[in-house]
Amino acid sequence: MKDNMSLVGNEEKFQSKVDAEEKVEPKDWMPEKYRQNLIRQISQHAHSEVIGEQPEGNWISRAPTLERKAILMAKVQDEAGHGLYLYAAAETLGITRDELIDRLHTGASKYASIFNYPSLTWADIGAIGWLVDSAAIVNQVSLQNTSYGPYARAMVKICKEESFHQRQGYNIMMTLMQGAELQRDMAQDALNRWWWPSLMMFGPHDAESAHSAQSMKWKIKRRSNDELRQQFVDQAVQQAQAIGLVVPDPDLVWNEQRGHYDFGAIDWEEFQRVVSGNGPCNRQRLAHHVSAHQEGAWVREAMAAYEAKRRAVPAEVA
Amino acid sequence: MKLHDPLTRYVVRLGDDALIMGHRLSEWMSRAPFLEEDIALSNVALDFVGRARLFYQYAADLMGGEVTENTFAYQRDVRDFTNLLLCELPRGDFAFTLCRQFLYDAYSLPFTQALCKSADSQLAAIAAKAEKESRYHLRRSRDWMLRLGDGTAESHERCQNALDQLWIYTDEMFECDALLDGLIATGVAVNTASLRSEWLDTVTETLHAATLVIPEAQGGVTGGREGIHTDDLGFLLAEMQFMQRAYPGLQW
Amino acid sequence: MSDQLQLYEVFIRSSRGLDHKHVGSLHADDAHQALEYARDVYTRRGEGISIWVVASRDITASQESDCDSFYDPLDDKPYRHAAMYELPEGIDSL
Repeated sequence: MKDNMSLVGNEEKFQSKVDAEEKVEPKDWMPEKYRQNLIRQISQHAHSEVIGEQPEGNWISRAPTLERKAILMAKVQDEAGHGLYLYAAAETLGITRDELIDRLHTGASKYASIFNYPSLTWADIGAIGWLVDSAAIVNQVSLQNTSYGPYARAMVKICKEESFHQRQGYNIMMTLMQGAELQRDMAQDALNRWWWPSLMMFGPHDAESAHSAQSMKWKIKRRSNDELRQQFVDQAVQQAQAIGLVVPDPDLVWNEQRGHYDFGAIDWEEFQRVVSGNGPCNRQRLAHHVSAHQEGAWVREAMAAYEAKRRAVPAEVA
Repeated sequence: MKLHDPLTRYVVRLGDDALIMGHRLSEWMSRAPFLEEDIALSNVALDFVGRARLFYQYAADLMGGEVTENTFAYQRDVRDFTNLLLCELPRGDFAFTLCRQFLYDAYSLPFTQALCKSADSQLAAIAAKAEKESRYHLRRSRDWMLRLGDGTAESHERCQNALDQLWIYTDEMFECDALLDGLIATGVAVNTASLRSEWLDTVTETLHAATLVIPEAQGGVTGGREGIHTDDLGFLLAEMQFMQRAYPGLQW
Repeated sequence: MSDQLQLYEVFIRSSRGLDHKHVGSLHADDAHQALEYARDVYTRRGEGISIWVVASRDITASQESDCDSFYDPLDDKPYRHAAMYELPEGIDSL
């Protein structure tokens, strides 16, 4: 009974701290659900960065110029780095990276569904950088104010580094649109395939979002799915028009009254199908990660053995 | 594409080594044993691709006209590439890649140090940058030799196997040919034959510390400098050059 | 199957004259490797000129529950802050 009382007291104190925009730090008391909710969100974010290496990584060996090759390598490397920052942030919540990777492999933990689509042509590298990274950054900018300190700090670093990602993607699209007809077709085809999945990246509509209300109350999330999606659409439509691309949405229209674009209905059935495992590349993406992790096991074991031997040596001498 | 000017041929040769090595390393991205190593390997890969670009840009300047760095990378066939065979071998497992890297870094450091003194100021400038990179690469790959060689029985065996397979490709690094002889005489090129003893010292010391043994000499496989490659390079080029071959003459 | 690597905290001095600042953490086998990975992971854009790494388990941290006894007592000494002392009109460089 007394424990219950103190728990209630703790939760109230915690909420008033969050309400006052004070950051929560790793060693602070926090509700167990807050911790679990954060682990879910941060690890999903981390997995997305790491799985996201694959569709773009596929084109490193085929990049059309040496400069594009170097840029793409640097970008994919950044994704790995961002995954690392985020795993580190999740680890401050008392879970290990091994456990997080295990959850990814068993399917208990998700990653952004958009990476289950294939990168079929070079223009897809442009579309991913421009649309997927823009969508990610719209979300991440809002998360720079998230209530959990390590997550917020990781976001600040990631946003700073990602600014070049969307520009390089847009630059690829722009170059294609200034090129030959087949290049313009390639760019338009990529936009047609990546547009709707990009809108889906923001998750279900606010009314249907399972975790949203509590996450907003705890200030883990700072802006709603629909708000963020709207911001993305407003930006991306302008950017598309500026280089002569046509957004594949017949219902897209500027709404003077709202000061925003109205856009068509999202196909949530497709979203569900891909999330639940039946996108074009779900199996390959996961299998790739599992096999890299398993093939690396002997290396990690060798490191541990080497380190153990070196620790043992001074003891033997003494 | 036939190159005649000796200096251009030499510069392109160095570019080829760097590009093919960087390409092979980049194949590890998203496949390394853990995330920190994924990022670290990518840095090394980026160094090599960056180095290739500097050499090719210089070669393009020397040739003038429409030639750019991309001409060398994307518009030459396998017989025109003059990289060391060591660089083009498929990446294999992590032990193979790191052993290859170590054997090459142990050569690349004294090579770039010597190239810093080239009579050709442009080559010397590229070398000055590359030398700093190589010092870090060698430190990294040497550490890995110790960890893998003196880690578990499995890692030791994988490492020793990799060395045994790679060893016959190391002679080529120290090979001299008519092109080199001429450029050595004018102080432009590095006399690679003279780097052999320093290389062997580094390798011997490291392998010993890593409880690995130097493979017994079995003669060397060469040919890369003459455009005689393993079958693997053709596949690498087919993939790397896909865009420029499928859609020639466009800007990307 | 646990990867058994240790967690290290990374501190970077971004330029001469500044303190080392905590930038994040990473996994490594030992301090030496942690230093190299810190270079590769946290200075990809030339963010630093000096790096410290320290094993996370070697850090002793104060607890939130200590706050009352640690910091509150230090909050009652306004005389330690220059702002407490009033200056006459026209004096601004004291």
